[in-house]
Amino acid sequence: MQQTIAAVWRIESARLIATLARLVRDVGRAEELAQDALVAALEQWPGSGVPDNPGAWLMATAKHRAIDQLRRHSLAARKYQQLGYEMELEQNAPGLEEEAADDIGDDLLRLVFTACHPVLTPETRVALTLRLIGGLTTEEIARAFLVPEATMAQRIVRAKRTLSEARVPFEIPDGPQLSERLVSVLQVIYLVFNEGYVATAGEDWVRPALCEDALRLGRILAELAPNEPEVHGLVALMEIQASRLRARTDASGAPVLLLDQDRARWDQLLIHRGLAALERAARLNGARPPAFAKFAIAPGPYVLQAEIAACHARALTAEATDWERLAALYAALVVLMPSPVVELNRAVAVANAFGPAEGLRIVDRLVEEGALRDYHLLPAVRGDLLERLSRHAEALVEFERAIALAGNSRERQLLESRAAEARSQTASQVGSIDACP
Amino acid sequence: MRFMMIMIPKGYETATPGTMPDAKAVEAMMKYNEALQKAGVLLALDGLHPPSMGARVSFSGGKPKVTDGPFAEAKEVVGGYWMIQVKSKEEAVQWAMRCPGGDNEVIEVRQVQEFADFPPDVQKAVEKFPDLTGKPK
Repeated sequence: MQQTIAAVWRIESARLIATLARLVRDVGRAEELAQDALVAALEQWPGSGVPDNPGAWLMATAKHRAIDQLRRHSLAARKYQQLGYEMELEQNAPGLEEEAADDIGDDLLRLVFTACHPVLTPETRVALTLRLIGGLTTEEIARAFLVPEATMAQRIVRAKRTLSEARVPFEIPDGPQLSERLVSVLQVIYLVFNEGYVATAGEDWVRPALCEDALRLGRILAELAPNEPEVHGLVALMEIQASRLRARTDASGAPVLLLDQDRARWDQLLIHRGLAALERAARLNGARPPAFAKFAIAPGPYVLQAEIAACHARALTAEATDWERLAALYAALVVLMPSPVVELNRAVAVANAFGPAEGLRIVDRLVEEGALRDYHLLPAVRGDLLERLSRHAEALVEFERAIALAGNSRERQLLESRAAEARSQTASQVGSIDACP
Repeated sequence: MRFMMIMIPKGYETATPGTMPDAKAVEAMMKYNEALQKAGVLLALDGLHPPSMGARVSFSGGKPKVTDGPFAEAKEVVGGYWMIQVKSKEEAVQWAMRCPGGDNEVIEVRQVQEFADFPPDVQKAVEKFPDLTGKPK
């Protein structure tokens, strides 16, 4: 029964909290009311059985509780405003399931924007989004981010207080604010995805459950904001990246790099979904206004990243990869997202399209700039390019530096095997020099 | 984890070619599909033409044999499916319960096998399979 209630909660909680938040104008309180309803379900359903419409039951229970609280409150302080809420609650109490679907959509979108509000720190936005929209328990979120449950609980309590103290309105931002705030929402979802895709801590390199949570959030958002190309771009990016989850680790859990992956194990269903989402984004980008191609909107960073992922997905073999297109896509991306990490990826594409020496030139510029000093992939890529140029001794130094910087034990193992390879190559190179007369 | 919700409509095993659900049932089902989509759990779905338009291939004695539909021996047949991604079997069951099914309909909820579910010897057999990339292993 507990598992059934947990399942009902996962399906219903976001809608429940979103509707309550509109009524009581406070996300923190809405969440507590929803929690109270959950507790009531845990107490009553084992005896009475799951009601026919569990969502409506939870909503009615939460609303009655809200009315009780407001009555007690308004006896002490008769605020007209509060009485106004009370009336609205009463009006809403019967026929709960009749809530218009559109209203719920808007409430959900308001909830998403609130949970990802810039007054909160990025980690807090992530926690709150998983909790309020993803329907995850505090324990599940804590486990996902490898922090003690008490720490995560505190973070969530503080977040709700911050929202309430900052009087963050429960609304969908409009005009130019919308795109700015949407950036924050997309960032939060992609952060969740990436924590699953490239775990920054812990023993496992990938944690697919987090990727699934992020994908679910992304798919929900795509339905709530269907006219935003970047939303579809993000969904496309995540679907295509997730399509490789099965191929990204070997039987022992060690990482397998993209070009070494068995493409037969890529998930065609997710690739298909990703390409469809990308097409949707492209249509939105190109179709405003429809008749004038020159007004077509340049793709945003998620659409570009999805294009990059799609480029790999379309290649039937690693050898068939269109590196020139990838180099061009990265060049476009680095303009939108001037970041040394993107530049590093461009270096790899350039190396594969035009030779390792060309790629090394870009990497060396990054080294000179002193960017990414603590990022293990910089020496890892540099080592790889040096190795391909047969500069094994230098490559070895780079791999060793990368090993020292890598935080994930699985990734470290992979680098160690590269280092061992370079070491044996260095030895044979030295040997052959010695053998020269 | 993924689940397939398999729709088994009683009577579909004898349905004549071209049989289609009525508009009202379709409308209710579309609403349900939309709910799955909006919840971010729907991966794919399809409805199938009746077996009278299909064929069966059996392998008795190791030899493929084709029988055109309808299939006299079939007691229940698949009418369609949904592929969903959820956290537990209970959640999949909860979604199945929300389907506007008719008196004659049954939904079977089945988990999709993942590579990690296979015992080690089966995993090895899959690993050994030639890489579609054509590279030697």
